[in-house]
Parts: sequence; structure tokens; C-alpha cells
Amino acid sequence: MWVPSVWEAQGLPEQKANMEQAIFYILSAVAVIGTILAISEKHPVHAILYLVTSLFAVAVIFYLLMAPLVAVFEVILYAGAIMVLFLFVIMMLDLGHPEKGFSPHWREWLPALLLSLVSIASLAVVIVSRHGQIIAPAAQSIPIREVARRLFQRHGVAVELISLQLLFALVGALYLGKQSSPAPGLQSPSHPGVGGGGEDKSP
Amino acid sequence: MIVPLEHILILAALLFFLGLGGLLAWRANLIMMLVCIEVMLNAVMLVFVGGSAQWGNADGQIFAIFIMALTSSEVSLALAMVVYLHRRKRTVNTDLFSEMKG
Repeated sequence: MWVPSVWEAQGLPEQKANMEQAIFYILSAVAVIGTILAISEKHPVHAILYLVTSLFAVAVIFYLLMAPLVAVFEVILYAGAIMVLFLFVIMMLDLGHPEKGFSPHWREWLPALLLSLVSIASLAVVIVSRHGQIIAPAAQSIPIREVARRLFQRHGVAVELISLQLLFALVGALYLGKQSSPAPGLQSPSHPGVGGGGEDKSP
Repeated sequence: MIVPLEHILILAALLFFLGLGGLLAWRANLIMMLVCIEVMLNAVMLVFVGGSAQWGNADGQIFAIFIMALTSSEVSLALAMVVYLHRRKRTVNTDLFSEMKG
């Protein structure tokens, strides 16, 4: 398995470091352009696919930043599960027609662009003006064994809370999916919600 | 670190504010609002992983994994709610969900 050369802590060849820097900047360009295309795309399915491209680029950036576990989870969970869930819902609700979508007018983009540009500019000024003040030791690579030990020994309660949260999300999604009446106030109480799974559409 | 931390922070800020701008611009469409929230959470994960790589501490990666679990539960609930609302009104336009307006 190929590992980034930064993992070999010292004695890092100059050429390899330059190559990884170039890869980082190329991947950041891919991520930013993919995100721009995703949020400006009228068609929801195309937007999701552009976002998957951007997420793959970010996953490789995570790998370059010595976090292989997060990179793998990014591909499996974000690109593999969450985005596919979005795709399923879009296809199930039949929202894939751009004429049914409500694409924002350019006048609606204007305040969003203005606010984002002001925020980006101020943050960039702050970060650049503090350049060099962040003093860090030479970072070693963190093995996955260390991450797992830290996760389950020091953050065990948080793991339990996250599992409870996932359980509550599951119960809530099942409950919301079970309501089969199109307008609960308008239907007679003789037809209680007996819809089977979460995916059936009401007549 | 292959690149300075500032560059990672600037990339994350770019992604975050792109998501924020998209959220503000797409405020009439529920699905695209959720997609933009995904972009923002992903940028936050990038900050955590960058800090973890800068200081050699595993806590950043652990918090990134927590954010991922949080996002998956949030998305499942939100999409269930989108399905429910779509069943009631046959649309995902947020302007039409205004029964509580007085």
C-alpha cells in the first residue's frame, strides 16, 4: 500500500514533498470547482454528482493529511451512503425535472454572494495576518491503532451518545415515513396510518 | 505537514462559505438546502483533520468521525421529513409550507 512520504517522519525527499504539495493544490481546485458547480446546478441529480466529485477530492486531501481512516469513511459514508440516500429520495419523489425545480433568480444570488465574499475576505485577512504565529512541533503520523485507542478509551461516552443519536434518528425516520395520510387533519379517523414501509407513497 | 495550515484553513473557509452562499440562494428548495448543509459540514471536517495533522493529535480525526455520524443521522431525519412534506403538498418548495403564518 502506497503511503504519503510525509509519513516517513524525517528524511523526506524534496521532490516527493513538492509533488504532494502540487497534488494538494490540484485537489483543492477540484473540490472548490466541484462545489461551485454543485450549488449552481439547476438539476438536483447533477448537483449531487458534482458534489460526489468534490467529496472524492476532499477524501484524497484527508489522506494526504495523514488521516486515512477519515478518508475511507468519507468515501464510504459521505459519497457512498449519504449522497446515494439523496439520489434515492430525489428519484423517489420524482424531483429530477429541472422545470419543477425552483432555481434561484440572479437577484437571489446577489446577497448570498455578497455575504460570502465579505466573510471569506475577512477570514483570509485574519489568517494571513497571523501567518507564522502558529508554531507546531514536527507532526508525526498517527497510526489508526492510536486513533481507535483514543476513541474508545477517552471518548467512550461520546461513542455511546452518538449511537443513541443514530438510534433516535432511525426511530424518527421510521415514524415520519409511516404516516401515510396526505393531510392528517382532513382524513377521517377510521383510516389510521397503516402504511407499510417508509417508502410507499400515499395514493 | 505538506502545506501550511493557513492554506488548509483557507480551502475550508472557501468550501464553508460556498455552502453558506448556496444555502442562502437556494432557500426555496429543501433538497438543495440540505446539499449545501452537507458542503458546510464537510468543510468543518476538513478543519478538524487539518488541525489534527498540524499538531499530531488524534482528537481532530475523532471529532471528524463524530461529525460524520452526526451528519448521517441528520440527513436521514431530514430526508424523512422531506418525504413527509412532499407527501402532503407534492412539492419541496419551502415557500408553500406556511400554514403557521398568522
